[in-house]
Amino acid sequence: MSDQIVQTSGPSLAPVTDPSRRKFLTFATAGVAAVGVAFVAVPFVESWFPSERARSLGAPVEVDLTKVEPGQMISPIWRLQPIYIVHRTPQMLAILQNHDSDLKDPNSNQSKQPAYTKNPDRSVKPEFLVLIGICTHLGCLPKQHFDAGDPVLGANWPGGWLCPCHGSRFDLAGRVFNGSPASVNLVIPPYRFSAANTLRIGEDTTQGAA
Amino acid sequence: MANAGNTSGAAAKGGFYGWLNKRLPVQDFIDSQLIGYYAPKNFNFWYFFGFLATLMLAMQLLTGIFLTMNYKPGAATAFDSVEYIMREVDGGWLIRYLHSTGASFFFIVVYLHMFRAFLYGSYRAPRELLWLLGMFVYLALMAEAFFGYVLPWGNMSFWGAQVIVNLFGTIPVIGPGLVEWIRGDYAIADATLNRFFALHVVAVPLALLLLVMLHLVALRQTGSNNPDGIEIKENKGADGKPLDGIPFHPYYTVKDVMGMGVFLMIFAAVIFFIPTMGGVFLEPPNFEPANPLSTPEHIAPVWYFTPFYAMLRAVPDQKLGALVMLLSIVVFFFVPWLDRSPVKSIRYKGWLSKVFLAVFAVSFVVLGYLGLEPPSIGRTLAARVFTVVYFAFFVLMPIYSKIGPFKKVPDRVVYHAHA
Amino acid sequence: MRASFWVSVLAPLALFSHSALAAEGPATLAGADWEKWSAGNDVQNNASLQRGARNFLGYCVGCHSLKYMRYARMAQDLHITPEQLETDLLIPGDKPTDYIISPMPPADAVNWFGKAPPDLSLEARLRGTAWIYQYLKTFYADPSRTTTGVNNLRLPNSAMPHVLANLEGVKIGVFRTVEEKGSDGQVSKRQEFTGFRPGEVAGSLSEADYDGFVRDTVNFLDYVGEPAQVARRQLGIWVLLFLLAFTVIAWLLKKEYWKDVH
Repeated sequence: MSDQIVQTSGPSLAPVTDPSRRKFLTFATAGVAAVGVAFVAVPFVESWFPSERARSLGAPVEVDLTKVEPGQMISPIWRLQPIYIVHRTPQMLAILQNHDSDLKDPNSNQSKQPAYTKNPDRSVKPEFLVLIGICTHLGCLPKQHFDAGDPVLGANWPGGWLCPCHGSRFDLAGRVFNGSPASVNLVIPPYRFSAANTLRIGEDTTQGAA
Repeated sequence: MANAGNTSGAAAKGGFYGWLNKRLPVQDFIDSQLIGYYAPKNFNFWYFFGFLATLMLAMQLLTGIFLTMNYKPGAATAFDSVEYIMREVDGGWLIRYLHSTGASFFFIVVYLHMFRAFLYGSYRAPRELLWLLGMFVYLALMAEAFFGYVLPWGNMSFWGAQVIVNLFGTIPVIGPGLVEWIRGDYAIADATLNRFFALHVVAVPLALLLLVMLHLVALRQTGSNNPDGIEIKENKGADGKPLDGIPFHPYYTVKDVMGMGVFLMIFAAVIFFIPTMGGVFLEPPNFEPANPLSTPEHIAPVWYFTPFYAMLRAVPDQKLGALVMLLSIVVFFFVPWLDRSPVKSIRYKGWLSKVFLAVFAVSFVVLGYLGLEPPSIGRTLAARVFTVVYFAFFVLMPIYSKIGPFKKVPDRVVYHAHA
Repeated sequence: MRASFWVSVLAPLALFSHSALAAEGPATLAGADWEKWSAGNDVQNNASLQRGARNFLGYCVGCHSLKYMRYARMAQDLHITPEQLETDLLIPGDKPTDYIISPMPPADAVNWFGKAPPDLSLEARLRGTAWIYQYLKTFYADPSRTTTGVNNLRLPNSAMPHVLANLEGVKIGVFRTVEEKGSDGQVSKRQEFTGFRPGEVAGSLSEADYDGFVRDTVNFLDYVGEPAQVARRQLGIWVLLFLLAFTVIAWLLKKEYWKDVH
């Protein structure tokens, strides 16, 4: 076949006969190719999500609360973040409702918390407050100032946290005070009590279940 | 499009595209390099592989970048990090296989691409520099593949590196010192791995991109050869365009897209069903970590190096063997001047040229197989025979290429419609 | 100790352990062709993988780790519920997100066996399923080996004892002496293996059931070597179908344009 010499005359191109079919096929090919590109993108985009290792290390953390004294705070790590757990005293709880007018969001409407902590105490059990200890302004770790009438913060200070970076202040339910650079209350992670004094951070409290 | 003063057609278009074209020669590039570039209309199957090679380069770059996001270079961490990618990074196994199987497919495509040049004399004047640049791309690709294979730090990675780096020790005088300098330590070690990582991820890819660009520019300068070996620029029409040429875009863009579809089907079939190709693309000894105290039963380089490896092993002397292996690659550089045939394409050459080319192709494949297998008396003998055949193809070329009878080369290309 | 507990739990299960697939290895003990045996396993057979997981965690994990495999990942891929994982498979003290690490202290292992038992995560990719199958099926009594009392055809003088002896029993290897003349004219003798025969110590499983036990275990190790392989093949079918559709449309496009060229 290739021995047969075909002497072409003139240029090689003939005019286009059916431009509409051409256009349709071009769009069809381009369309399918676009779908193909989207599929190919999947493993690459997927690879950026937290890997199985990150998800495993971010698995729920169990915390034993029996040794946490009233008025004391501990801060275990969950998902690379410090979790502030405060054993609130009855006095701490009592003064929580007295300064709503000083707070930006006293009812926690803007802030991020599980539905079962959207209550005045922002907790499942009032005596234990569980927060993510990261300032909602720019991410520093607020420092505890639990004593009411703290010398630094003034006589009216009810107790809570002061962020050292830019001065945001939070009360003992993690709610942000007026005048703070932060605009929302501290975030509450999902958690549940697997036993009377055992906390599992990273798992939601189901309705009524312990 | 109406021309407004001295603004060119593209820039006169409205909107964003017009704004862009006043500042970057986008449409000018398309007009001159794609639509305005006339390629011979008689391209056949062998002409897909240049585009496919560029596709593979892009794929290796993309998958390589994403592997680097999770791979941890270092003797203590590399192996584990590859298993981490395979098991714990979502989609990681696919990215890894695309890259490791992709490397082998890259070489299949490149070898077929090079073979085309032998079929149709694509290295002949005025395309000698195009050929030489291509050879440099090939060398860079071999270096890239070698460095890349070391990175998983499996036992074959380690021992393959040991053997290849030791080859440099055969160089007279400077050899032993050079080997220690390359390794950065008294044996293949963490230092070696880390520098190979830098070379594989940054240095050689940059060199590859530069060389590929120069290769394409050289092609544009001379225009493409074709299966009949005719220079289409010698037959121009009244409009100054080659009579046997057609605009690269849309005809060859459309054809290459179709070719890509077929190629990707074959590629996907391997990736998803036989990604290691039965241990040829990813070798079993590499599934255990590098162990300086335990050599795999059978060391072989990856298949794309085995033709040269077979020749190295065939020669009973270490230094001579290394020299023969070096020459077996260097000899390619001389081909444009070894081929003295009056015609370019195998279609019109004498029967002797056809026989030599066929036998060369066979010897390359056979040597490749022999290099994969452990040595034996029979196989070493075969390797010696085929090494001689291999070199004969080049060394005797100035003689046999002149022996006819040569068929008459037509003035116009041979083309059958609906090619 | 631990092993005997697992034996009493697993032995009844072994009754159901024969592989559902066509066997490529022999059901008899003859064994002269052992080098041709293949595992014939199918990683898509989930029930087999589950049995293999139980087998491994009952008999092998005492010495061998699977350091790249997490319990939770295995449970997810093999459709094992968290409760089953907890009761049947987890080494006490391990969490589901932990990697499967043998409780044997490496230093002790070296003392007892001469070398640390290797991690088996990638064993199926390193040696192949046929090798592992042959290894587990060619233990035979060898009184000259004072440490373990057994030897192995696939890995002569293996440091590993026949851990599965109470399942298979300890069979006897039948050898014959073969005289060979070397190239130097000297006559040398060597032992050539001709087959197995049952030993005095019988195992609790029948031949067929032990064979199934080994196949399931090898199948599990095949899975552990590359957990993504089932998903890989399933995805591949869709990818090929898509590419076929794309290529057909691209081909039609090419034909349409190339009508112009004559």
